[in-house]
Amino acid sequence: MKEKTLLSSKDLERKTTRIVHEILEDNNDNNDIAIVGIKTRGEYLGRRIVEEINTIEKKEIPFGTLDITLYRDDLRNNLALPELKETNIPFNVENKTIILVDDVLFTGRTIRAAIDAVMDFGRPANIKLAVLVDRGLRELPIQADYIGLSIETVSSQKIKVFLKEKDKKDKVVLLYNNGI
Amino acid sequence: MEFKRKNIISIAELSADEILHILDTASSMKEVTSRNMKKVPTLKGITVVNLFFEPSTRTRSSFEIAEKRLSADILNFTSSQSSVVKGESLSDTAKNLESMGASIIVIRHPMSGAPWVLARETSASIINAGDGRHEHPSQSLLDLFTIRQVKGKIENLNVLIVGDILNSRVARSNINGLLKLGAKVKLVGPGSLVPDYFEQPGVKIFYNLEKALEDVDVIIMLRVQKERKSLEYFPSIREYSRFYGLTGENLKIAKNDVTIMHPGPINRGVEMTSEVADDSRSVILEQVTNGIAVRMAMLYLTASWRSNNL
Amino acid sequence: MKTLIKNGKVIDPSQKIEKKMNILIDGKLIKEYPGNIKELEKRKDLKVIDANKLVVVPGLIDIHVHLREPGFEHKETIRTGTLSAAAGGFTSIACMPNTDPINDNASVTDYILLKARTEGIVNVLPIGAITKSEEGNQLAEIGEMYKAGCVAISDDGMPVTNSNLMRRAMEYVKAFNLPVIVHAEDTYLSDDGVMNEGKTSTMLGLKGIPNASEEVMIARDIFLSELTGTDLHICHVSTEGSVRVIREAKKRGVKVTAEATPHHFLLTDEEVYNYNTNAKMNPPLRTSKDVKAIIKGLKDGTLDVIATDHAPHSEDEKNVEFDIAPFGIVGLETALPLSLKLVEDKILTISQLIEKLTINPANIVNSDKGTLKKNKVADITIFDPKEEYLIDKNNFYSKGKNTPFQDWKVRGKVKYTIVSGKIVYKN
Repeated sequence: MKEKTLLSSKDLERKTTRIVHEILEDNNDNNDIAIVGIKTRGEYLGRRIVEEINTIEKKEIPFGTLDITLYRDDLRNNLALPELKETNIPFNVENKTIILVDDVLFTGRTIRAAIDAVMDFGRPANIKLAVLVDRGLRELPIQADYIGLSIETVSSQKIKVFLKEKDKKDKVVLLYNNGI
Repeated sequence: MEFKRKNIISIAELSADEILHILDTASSMKEVTSRNMKKVPTLKGITVVNLFFEPSTRTRSSFEIAEKRLSADILNFTSSQSSVVKGESLSDTAKNLESMGASIIVIRHPMSGAPWVLARETSASIINAGDGRHEHPSQSLLDLFTIRQVKGKIENLNVLIVGDILNSRVARSNINGLLKLGAKVKLVGPGSLVPDYFEQPGVKIFYNLEKALEDVDVIIMLRVQKERKSLEYFPSIREYSRFYGLTGENLKIAKNDVTIMHPGPINRGVEMTSEVADDSRSVILEQVTNGIAVRMAMLYLTASWRSNNL
Repeated sequence: MKTLIKNGKVIDPSQKIEKKMNILIDGKLIKEYPGNIKELEKRKDLKVIDANKLVVVPGLIDIHVHLREPGFEHKETIRTGTLSAAAGGFTSIACMPNTDPINDNASVTDYILLKARTEGIVNVLPIGAITKSEEGNQLAEIGEMYKAGCVAISDDGMPVTNSNLMRRAMEYVKAFNLPVIVHAEDTYLSDDGVMNEGKTSTMLGLKGIPNASEEVMIARDIFLSELTGTDLHICHVSTEGSVRVIREAKKRGVKVTAEATPHHFLLTDEEVYNYNTNAKMNPPLRTSKDVKAIIKGLKDGTLDVIATDHAPHSEDEKNVEFDIAPFGIVGLETALPLSLKLVEDKILTISQLIEKLTINPANIVNSDKGTLKKNKVADITIFDPKEEYLIDKNNFYSKGKNTPFQDWKVRGKVKYTIVSGKIVYKN
C-alpha cells in the first residue's frame, strides 16, 4: 500500500486548536460541558482538547474515557474484538453536554456504541461529537459536530492516525492501493 | 492479547499470561458493576446455559448476575445428582442444549472431568463452575483477583490454604493459579485430608496450623464439606475445629496485615470464629463482589473467542 | 485332509524348539515334522501353507477374557469374542464368570460351552465363580462346574473379602485340582477409587486406588495358598510391591503364578489425562516405577503369563463421566504385537515371550494345549513378526472398541490361526 500524509504534526495541532475554539464558541455557557474520549486515540485527543479549554477558560472541565468494546455489535457479527480496556467517567452525566472525541469517523458504529454507553451513565442534555478526521462511508445516520479534516475515501483505503502519546509522533496518513 | 480459548475448564491449562489477561478484563468489568446502571449489551442475543448438576446457590447466582449484566439470554438447567447416573447421558444433554441454541454452557457437576465430556460432545463453549474434586476456576480467579486487589501483587506472597485439601476443587485450582503467578503455597490440615501427592516445588505441607501460620500473607480457609464426606477423614467437627479452626488467638501468628479469605458459605465456629470472619482483614464479602466481575470476564472472553473464531 | 506348514520359523517353548522346520497336520492332530517335503507336496489332497519368513507357534492362550455372554451381548458375544481371539492369534481363551447370570453353577457353564461349540471359533475354557453370585458369602457349586468343564475358579472383579471363606475355597478345590485365580484387591482400600492413586489422580481430582490395595490382598492370598497348598494364580499384577511379594513367595516355593497385561507393562496413569475413559481399568494403570517393576518381573520369570483382561464395553458406556465409566479395555487383537515390543526392546527372547503366551498359561489351567508336540491337537498360530501397521479399533472383530492403543504403530501381524487343524482366521 502507498502512503500519503494528510496531516502533519503542525496541521494536527492547528486542527485540534480549531476544534477547541469551535466547541467554546458553540457552548457560551460552558459550565455544563464535559469531554469524553473514546479509547484509545480518542482519549489522547480528548485530553489535549480538555487541557486547551482549561488553559483558555482557566477552569477544570470534567473529562472521562470510554471503552466501547462492551457496546459493540461485533460480538454477534463475528468481527475480531479488541482487548477490553477500562472506562472511567468520574462525573455525573445528568444534564451535561457531553462531547465525545474520537480520531476517525467512519461507519458510525463506534459512535453509536459510545452513545449507548454514555446513556447508561445517565441522561445528558445533549451529546456532541468531535473527530479529527471524517472519512465518510457511514453505515448509520450519524454526523460529527466538530471535524478537523473531511476527506472522501473508499473502503479499501485506510486512515492511520499517529499520536505522540502512543505512537511517538503526530501525523495522519492515508494508505491506498495503486490506481485509486 | 487475544484470548485463545474456546473453553475455560481448568486453571491447570491456563498460562500465567492468560490468567492475568482474565484478571485485567475483570478489572474493566468491575468498573461496569460499580455503575448505577450495571448492565451492558455485550452478550445480547447470546444464549448462556447454567447447567447445574449439584446444588449451588452462590456460584450459580454469581454466574447468573454476571450473565444478566452482560445482557445474555439465560437458560437454567438444574438436575439432581441421581439423574446424572440414571437419566439422560451428559453427551445427550449437551447435544440437546446445543440444539436449543446454547453458545456458552456453564457447568457444575459432582464428577471430576465432566466438563471435558461436555466439551467433546458440543460446539458450545464450556465454562467450568466446579467439577467434582477437580477444579473450580472461577473461584480461584476471583481469589487471585481479590489478592491482587488487596496486596497489589501475587508474586512471592505466602499463601496458606487450610482444611480439606484432598476433596477441594477450590484448593486444586488455587494451588495451580498461585504457583503460576509466582506465589508460595502452604497447605495445612489433618493428614488424612492433605496427601503428600500435593508436594511439588513451591508447595509445603503442614499438619500443624500454628506452625503453618508463620509469615503468612494470605489465608484461604476451605469449607468443611459435610456433603463430601469429610467426616470419614476426621473424628468430629469439634476436634477439627480445635486443631484447624482460625481464631483471634492463632491469627496473631500470621503477618499483621494478613488477608483472610473463604469461598463461602462459612460454617461459623468451625473453620473460623465469628471474630475472625468479621475481622477488618477478612475480605470474604469483597470476594463475592469480585466474583461477579471475574465471571463476566470469563463469559466475555469465551464469547469473544467465539466471535473471532467461528 | 492334511495340511503342511512349510519353511516357517517354529518356536515351541514346550519342547525348546526354535528353528526353521515343517509341520504336517493330519486331521485335527499334529502328525510330524517332515524334513524332505518334495514327495509330500505332490499329493493332491495336501493343503500347503508357506510360512517362509513367518513365525509358527503353538496357538496362543489367554487365561483372562470377558466374553460377556450370557447377559451382556451388547458388549460382546461368544461369537464375536472368539472371532476377536482368532484375529489376535489366540486359539484358547478362558472366560471369567461375571456374566448375567454369573457362571456359578453347571447350567451356566453348560450354556457357555454349548454356545462355544456351536458359534465359537476358538476353544473356550470357562472359569467358574468361587462364591454364589460372586457375593463372597457362600461357596458356589465348584464340583458341579468342574464336571461341566470349568478349568479354574475366580471371583475376578469381586474379590472375596472374607479371608476364612477364601481359605475354605482353596481347601475345597483340592478334590478337583482346580487353580484359584484371584483379582487381588482390598475393596475397602480402593474405596470407590477410579484410577491409580498418585500425583495424576491428585491433579485430576479423581479418587485413587493405592498400590497397597492390590498388594495386601496378594500377600493374604499367598499366605492362604501356603496354608492350604492350593495353586494360586494372580491376575493382572500392576504394582512394584506386588511383583516383590510374588517373587519372594516363589523363592519360598509357594505354588503361585502370576500374569501381567500389555497395558500394565506399556502404559502409565498419565494416560488418564483429559479423563480418557479408555485408560480406565482395574487394576488401574500405575506409574513408570511400577511399569519398570512389571517388566523386570516378566524378565526374571516372576510373572509367568501375559493375559489381556479383554473387557469389551459399548462406546456409549465408555463415553460418560470418568467416575461412572466401566472399568476395562479390549485386548485380544492387540496383545501379540504389543507383547512383541518386549522382544524388540530385548527384555524377553521371542521364545520366552511365546512361553508366557502358550505353555505357561496352559499349565496353570491344567490344559494339554500350548504345545506343538506330535499327536497333540493342532492349535497353531502363524504370524509375521516384521509387518508394521497402525492399530485401528474400527477393524476389530470384537464389539468393544475401547482401547487406549488406537493409532499405535506396532509390529507383528497374525497371518493364520489354526484350531484343531482348521484355519479359522487368515489375513
